[in-house]
Amino acid sequence: MEILEIKNLGIILGGKKILNNISMNFQEGKVHAIVGPNGAGKSTIAFAIMGLEGYTDIQGDILFEKESITELDIDERARKGITLAWQEPARYEGLTVEQFIRAAARDKSTDTIKHALSKVGLDPEYMVRAVDKTLSGGERKKIEVASILVMEPKLVLLDEPDSGIDIESIEKIFDIIKVLKEKGTTVILITHSMAVLQQAEQAFLMCNGEIVDRGVTGKICTYFEKKCIPCNHKNLPDVQVST
Amino acid sequence: MSNQDIIQKLYQNTETDPNVLQTPDVAHLTIDYNRVLSSRLVPGLYLDVEELKEGIKADITVEEGTIIEKTVHLCFGVIAESGVQKILMNVNVQKDAKIDVLAHCIFPNAVDLQHIMDAKITIEEGAAYSYLEKHIHGPEGGIKVYPKAAVTLGKKSRFKTEFELIKGRVGLIEIDYETTCGADSVLEMTARINGSGDDIIKIKETGHLAGEYARGALTTKIALRDRAKAEVYNKMTATAAYARGHVDCKEIVQDNAVATAVPIVEVSHSKAHITHEAAMGSVDSKQLQTLMARGLTEDEAVELIIEGLLV
Repeated sequence: MEILEIKNLGIILGGKKILNNISMNFQEGKVHAIVGPNGAGKSTIAFAIMGLEGYTDIQGDILFEKESITELDIDERARKGITLAWQEPARYEGLTVEQFIRAAARDKSTDTIKHALSKVGLDPEYMVRAVDKTLSGGERKKIEVASILVMEPKLVLLDEPDSGIDIESIEKIFDIIKVLKEKGTTVILITHSMAVLQQAEQAFLMCNGEIVDRGVTGKICTYFEKKCIPCNHKNLPDVQVST
Repeated sequence: MSNQDIIQKLYQNTETDPNVLQTPDVAHLTIDYNRVLSSRLVPGLYLDVEELKEGIKADITVEEGTIIEKTVHLCFGVIAESGVQKILMNVNVQKDAKIDVLAHCIFPNAVDLQHIMDAKITIEEGAAYSYLEKHIHGPEGGIKVYPKAAVTLGKKSRFKTEFELIKGRVGLIEIDYETTCGADSVLEMTARINGSGDDIIKIKETGHLAGEYARGALTTKIALRDRAKAEVYNKMTATAAYARGHVDCKEIVQDNAVATAVPIVEVSHSKAHITHEAAMGSVDSKQLQTLMARGLTEDEAVELIIEGLLV
């Protein structure tokens, strides 16, 4: 069953067309990837789905469970079951890991928080740590993923989930993707990494704000590896749009 | 009302169980306006209190080499709605002594009240003094608070002070702390204040790193909303070799509130070093949107971010 549909999505930022009339469908409970080189517009799609600041003035429509969400605020989309993990997670002065994860949790018990931390490979001692610069980028990424686990969303957008973390931690993130899938959660991976792409069942290949191919991951992997990775084309939108 | 009833009434506004004051090895001093309600000493701790017409005068001495194991509880409260409370304190932590103090300043009913604290604090060589001052104000903001302290740190001593005013309305507060740090001493001064309504917050904290290898940090964290105003003038000077200092100010500003921060760093020795940083303005957009993407409303997310900053 289709959980998310993007219809003719167009986004103009700073006078430049970042996404050009793209349409995509995402199946419930499946792991999808949006792959492409830097600047292709992958994260822009994720931000538009989540309704982040600066990404709400769009052309086209975004339907979640058959209903348009384009007029909804971020928190309203989240309460419908959509969430997002950033490539570079936010840092919070003084806010503890426990407070941060508990804020997202459906079941706010301490056991739930500890369990989520253990799932991402962190000890319960992390609960009292602040989500600030004293944690590495990788640790913050794991904590962000833990906060998503306790939220129990229907759709998760993971923006460059392997960015800034070590190989062992990447395996943990891949395990979490499997856990989410087992729970029936739909996952959308935003990536330019072959390793991440291979976690997906379905994939979309993007270049210059457009979808250039879509289908099963194996096919997209082959194209991406042979054509996109060696390609020196830069995704620099050069279409100036009068506003 | 009995003294015990007043103590209960004061402490009910805090997260501290007043029964801790009954513990034989916990020293304490509890004041309502100008009256000593209760006190207890432990070996090595001396207290000389004089009740004044408006407030009290207290000399506190920790004897040389004394380590006071349990936190000492001070409470300066005023149950009444109006008046002037002056607290004149002289604190001497003698050589190699150590004391941790939790001070509550509780003014739950203030309508037209002034609380003036004037402290002289001497921390001798090798001694350590930790002072956490928690203010609990009422919802009206009818209070003016003037805490002033002159602190001298001896060689290899430590002074950590935290000022917290996050419950109730601030009213007007003017903090004026000045500390002179001897060789190898460590100074940590932190203020955390939550302002709203027409609150006015003025902070002037000064640290002089006068001895070699002295280290100091002045930290201010303020959240402002409505029409509240904050002015922060933090100054750190370094006049000795290998002195290290840092001045840090973070303020979240909402609505029509106004924040001003003027960090002053003054280094007059080529082997000393001081840094400063300030972050002021609206709630960080990425922090806010991350929490909203977990289902919190904007107001809930802002509340949590401010709680993290201040608590």
